[in-house]
Amino acid sequence: MLAYLVRRLLYALPILIGVNLITFALFFVVNTPDDMARMQLGVKRVTPDAIEKWKAERGYDKPLFVNSAASGAGVLTETIFFAKSARMFVGDFGRAEDGRDIAREISARMGPSLAIALPTFVLGLFVTVAFALVLAFFRASYLDFWGVVLCVALMSISGLFYIIGGQYLISKVWKLVPISGYGGGVEAWKFLILPVLIGVVSGIGSSTRWYRTIFLEEIGKDYVRTARAKGLSEAAVLFRHVLRNALIPILTGVVVVIPLLFMGSLLTESFFGIPGLGSYTIDAINAQDFAVVRAMVFIGSVLYIVGLMLTDISYTLVDPRIRFDR
Amino acid sequence: MNFLPVILWSDALIWLLVASALLLGWLSSRNPPLRAAWRRVGRHRPGMAAATVLLAFVLIGLLDSLHYRPALENKGEGKTAYAIEVLSLLDLVATPLRTRNEKTYSEPLATRAYAKEAIEVREADGSVRQTRDYPRLKHGGAHLGADEAGRAADVGRRLLQAGGAALLAWGTLAALAAGLLAHAEGTTQAAAWRRIWRGESDFAWNAVLGALAALFLVAFPLLALCGDYHVLGTDKVGQDVFYQVLKSVRTALVIGLVTTLVMLPLSIFLGILAGYFRGWVDDAIQYLYTTLNSIPGVLLIAAAVLMMQVVIDTHPQWFATAAERADLRLLALCFILGMTSWTGLCRLLRGEALKLRELEYIQAAQAFGVSDLRIISRHILPNLMHIVIIALVMDFSSLVLAEAVLSYVGIGVDPTMISFGTMINNARMELAREPMVWWSLAAAFAFMLALVLAANLLADAVRDAFDPRMAGAA
Amino acid sequence: MSGADAMPGELLLSVRDLRMGFVSGRRVLSAVDGIGFELRAGETLALLGESGCGKSATALALLRLLPAAGRILGGAVEFAGRDLLQLPESAMRAVRGGGMAMIFQEPATSLNPVLTVGRQIGEVLERHAGLAGAPARARALELLAAVGIADPQRRLDEYPFQLSGGMKQRVMIAVALAGDPRLLVADEPTTALDVTIQAQILDLLRRLQAERGMGLLLITHDLGVVAQMATRVGVMYAGELVEEAPRAAFFGAPRHPYTQKLFAALPDLARRGSHLETIPGQVPSLAAMPAGCRFAARCPHAWARCRDESPRWNELAPGHRMRCHLAEEPERAAPPVARAEAPAAVSAPVAAPLLKVDALRVHFPIRRGILQRTVGHVKAVDGVSLELARGRTLALVGESGCGKTTVGKAILQLIAPTAGRAQLDGVELTGLSRGALRPLRRRMQMVFQDPFASLNPRMSVGEIIGEGMGALGVTPDVAGGQEGEGGPGGALGALLRQVGLDPAAAERYPHEFSGGQRQRIAIARALAVQPELIVCDEPTSALDVSVQAQILNLLKALQDDLGLAYLFITHNFAVVEYLAHEVAVMYLGRIVERGSVADVLRAPKHPYTQALLSAVPSPRLDAQPAFIRLPGETPSPANPPAGCHFHPRCPRASAVCRERYPERSELSATHTVHCHLYPPGK
Repeated sequence: MLAYLVRRLLYALPILIGVNLITFALFFVVNTPDDMARMQLGVKRVTPDAIEKWKAERGYDKPLFVNSAASGAGVLTETIFFAKSARMFVGDFGRAEDGRDIAREISARMGPSLAIALPTFVLGLFVTVAFALVLAFFRASYLDFWGVVLCVALMSISGLFYIIGGQYLISKVWKLVPISGYGGGVEAWKFLILPVLIGVVSGIGSSTRWYRTIFLEEIGKDYVRTARAKGLSEAAVLFRHVLRNALIPILTGVVVVIPLLFMGSLLTESFFGIPGLGSYTIDAINAQDFAVVRAMVFIGSVLYIVGLMLTDISYTLVDPRIRFDR
Repeated sequence: MNFLPVILWSDALIWLLVASALLLGWLSSRNPPLRAAWRRVGRHRPGMAAATVLLAFVLIGLLDSLHYRPALENKGEGKTAYAIEVLSLLDLVATPLRTRNEKTYSEPLATRAYAKEAIEVREADGSVRQTRDYPRLKHGGAHLGADEAGRAADVGRRLLQAGGAALLAWGTLAALAAGLLAHAEGTTQAAAWRRIWRGESDFAWNAVLGALAALFLVAFPLLALCGDYHVLGTDKVGQDVFYQVLKSVRTALVIGLVTTLVMLPLSIFLGILAGYFRGWVDDAIQYLYTTLNSIPGVLLIAAAVLMMQVVIDTHPQWFATAAERADLRLLALCFILGMTSWTGLCRLLRGEALKLRELEYIQAAQAFGVSDLRIISRHILPNLMHIVIIALVMDFSSLVLAEAVLSYVGIGVDPTMISFGTMINNARMELAREPMVWWSLAAAFAFMLALVLAANLLADAVRDAFDPRMAGAA
Repeated sequence: MSGADAMPGELLLSVRDLRMGFVSGRRVLSAVDGIGFELRAGETLALLGESGCGKSATALALLRLLPAAGRILGGAVEFAGRDLLQLPESAMRAVRGGGMAMIFQEPATSLNPVLTVGRQIGEVLERHAGLAGAPARARALELLAAVGIADPQRRLDEYPFQLSGGMKQRVMIAVALAGDPRLLVADEPTTALDVTIQAQILDLLRRLQAERGMGLLLITHDLGVVAQMATRVGVMYAGELVEEAPRAAFFGAPRHPYTQKLFAALPDLARRGSHLETIPGQVPSLAAMPAGCRFAARCPHAWARCRDESPRWNELAPGHRMRCHLAEEPERAAPPVARAEAPAAVSAPVAAPLLKVDALRVHFPIRRGILQRTVGHVKAVDGVSLELARGRTLALVGESGCGKTTVGKAILQLIAPTAGRAQLDGVELTGLSRGALRPLRRRMQMVFQDPFASLNPRMSVGEIIGEGMGALGVTPDVAGGQEGEGGPGGALGALLRQVGLDPAAAERYPHEFSGGQRQRIAIARALAVQPELIVCDEPTSALDVSVQAQILNLLKALQDDLGLAYLFITHNFAVVEYLAHEVAVMYLGRIVERGSVADVLRAPKHPYTQALLSAVPSPRLDAQPAFIRLPGETPSPANPPAGCHFHPRCPRASAVCRERYPERSELSATHTVHCHLYPPGK
């Protein structure tokens, strides 16, 4: 099993390199640094000098891959690729447009992002799995039918409306919690409860429907018939037999997103004014801050790959076939 | 000629899609298993009701996909000059909606503006007095003249008329359907009518007719009122919200359909290649999609859109009109969405192709020395078609939803292009206003829900009909 | 009314007029229509029938375990004095697994893959015996030992995937026994197993039943299993019970025309060279059940009354009854006019073999570790040599996993052989490019096992058959196709007629045909390119007995007419006896014995062949040879035992067997064997 994990780890490396190359191509090959400078500076102030100055300030004045002017290792290191892309592997993301260190900013903003994303994830998973179990238990009944209809209706509503509607009803009409903002300490729950609630509700539709399909697929299998032939009650069949097996496909979709929780949610954070990584990203996009977007892309894919590995590990926990086979 | 036809890139792709849908229909009608699957869709009641609603949206979208530039007033002889503005057939039909702009917000069916303003009132004695009041709208309810109190009666009368017209139109269509069924089955009209309403007909006529009734009851009153009122109000710059909603439909359809068009060839080609040939081809393709997949979707889209923006902004000379620029940006968005979303389907198709290639009928073909190309085209592809069709309809609704979010984040369509996303984005600032401006949001919400819900229901019907695993269940 | 050799035990189960059906759209299609039987303690009632006759549905209905679409429509199931159909669900749960337990056909899928064996048994102990903790574990150990699992202590904590197929079925039986049931319902318990394992499991079931005095309701399609197990037999056809008899009467003098036909359709050596009896037509579909006797349309004796009036039960002898009008009008049972049998063409062996395979090997690499290095090979085929002459049939026999299918595919170059040679008519096949192989492909074809997977559902029958012709550029000129035109349609029609199908079938799609008809289409596809050699990979194993007979007849007739050579891959000795000229027996990738049918089947020399033959249940009362019990199961071809592969299971193994793989010994001109018992020098 250890060999298996090591192999997965080794497999992750070329993927990270691939991601790095893709982002590099996107940010520096599709558009030259000159283009970016023109864009940032605005049409009016563009002079060749201003462009050069802009590039020099940000270290974009080097060649892309090979610096023939430099000597020794500098041929490769004194380049945009090395300075901007390769150094991300050691956690050096450079500076944002406002001059702040991106790495420090990211570590400061992870907390608020997690404070929203983690409860949303845990609560959402619990609620949807429970709901799906109820629907599967009462399968082919009216409850099941209307439950599915409700799910389809819920998943047909844009996430934006959940936030807008929630803010309007709970904060504006009923005035239960503040409409937006973030604070630390004991009062933090006031700011967290609404985004978490909205996050859970907006995910109910599609997740429940998906889990229900998985449960029903498992219920149709032969071993469930065996379990019933033992005289077990329907609840025992569902919890002891079906749930354990259904966990395997559910884990595929769920575990992989756990590390990505650090990234926060773009929508929720920007609507609620939460100083997390999601709103950081949105601000960067709106300000066209390429350095920040590049850093977030890289971190996102690292977290995704960590998620893939966590998925593999979690398989070995729930599926004995993998645990003993590798 | 007093207009110049303009074919935007997205128009071309949309009509290409229509052509390929017709081709698919023709191919399906010649292939019994596919025909049987489509018949199952036809029997699915919620699915057919949803299809009816979707068809209405598609008609609006198609009407909005025939563009032209009107000729300017021709002063002398010589070359005709054409307006810089690109209009569509829908714009032409909805000219009153498009042109009758107010100054700013007004409520649905209002005759006066939403906020008080300083207005000059000419007194009986001829003096001009300044007051603060809700100003009378330029167009909303203008036909009432001074009789603003008669608005309720006017609206009521129009509603009644529209309702009557809707019933009449629906009755005609229903009779037509019954006649058609009677003719096809060789029964009397009354018997066909009974079969329709008992749900015994092979095609879900009752669902289609029910959906049509609902559709007519919404559409006719809207149409009856929209000529003289702002039936869904106006937005900040005084534009009619109903017009915006109609224009948003095309944007949503383009995003939902053209994106799949971009992604399909890629995922089909690479998926089959990886699954059928295995070995290093498979390794390479798997590496490619795992890498792309590992970049969180929104961020990849954001990065790509940002870069595209730079390209567009630094090359203004490429675009003759603003519409062309917005259109190209829309298409680029479709491409970017397509490039980031082909991986899921590709993985699915690869897995299925892996399973298929081990099947005995493929081995039988190999035993005849049939070439790989023929095996793929005759054996693998046709047996993957159901997955492709299911993916196509399933993706549509999620793409429409994604457009709204992306436009909100600022990486969606051009801000000048009307879409559900831009509508919501513009309207959300007004939520904080007291009293609230709710109609833009409500209209976008209602129309989007109708569109996406219909798409989801149709997707369910298609999945049930095409998925061999589902055939036994349900 | 107990069977001849059964002790009259206490009445356990009494089923009366049980009817059930499946919901399809707005209709309920009747699947079981008014069947009734009784079962006493210590007795085995076999419900015999072909696929789709409703026998499994009956078993599930007894326990009220029907799938979602199933509905019980009426009748009574009296078990231990209570009508199970009237019980509330909670009381029914006490019966399931407690009073009445069930084992299923597929041991591989019937056990929960993520729970240990111990938990799956413990669940029943907790539910029905109130045992938990250490006593439960002790009891589970006892049960595992009782079902013959070696090292139960270790197995208790293992997961199903760590067990072999036979062991899984033993665990299933242990689970069923845990509730100490009075009645065991076994639904095709050995159908998915190899014949040597089947013999072990049947043995086990017999022993357990005798020890515990259980009633056993055995659902099966296999007359051989019935002969070994049953005290009484009930024959089902199209949802009805048509005949019920004690074992002796059933095998001695079956009375219902359907039962008689079933016996007549069995292939065996005595019927060599003649046509097998077949039952024309098909079982009527659930949606269109005929009004009168359901067998009337296929019955050779049927007259008007049969089509109008459903027959009543008629008592023929004590305990022997049937539903057939013949019982009241026996004079009509005059045998139908015997068909003129086509004399079998006796084809003498030709000197030059058509197919010559020499030391063929197919090894699949096993990759492991961080770098996915090849750490070993699955030696699926490990040095197989054989020869086949024109117009002859060579049967390649072996249990699942012995590599027999791989041999067939490697000869056709569908799998690249690792080493060795295969020659068709003197032309080397291995190592050829695709282009160079193409002209050879029209001379050799394959018919596959699963008629449902071997035809592309998206192509019409005409396209399917035409594909090979098109790919190989065959001019449609079919032997026996005396169509005037000779055009493609005419040739296609002739081909379809040749395999016994209507030429109009060309326009239709595979899903419109039954399994037997599909197999005919697959044969027509192979014939279309006029091959000389056809590799038949278990072409009848997915088919019912009566349909199997049709296909075997067809294959035989085609061989006589066209002089085809068959490499017939099978595990079914009855089919071998009927069809083959020579036999090669495979074990773990190698041929262990080879010879003419008479040599191998009548005088088997290799201990494995002997055991295999003795394990085949014979559908007769007499002549069941003593079963040679093979311990354990076939080892993995990735890691075959040293020396003779068979020595760990061989009852006659000696020291030399553990060291050296035996040489080939020629026992006669036609009979060779690889075994140290027969030193080659002799």
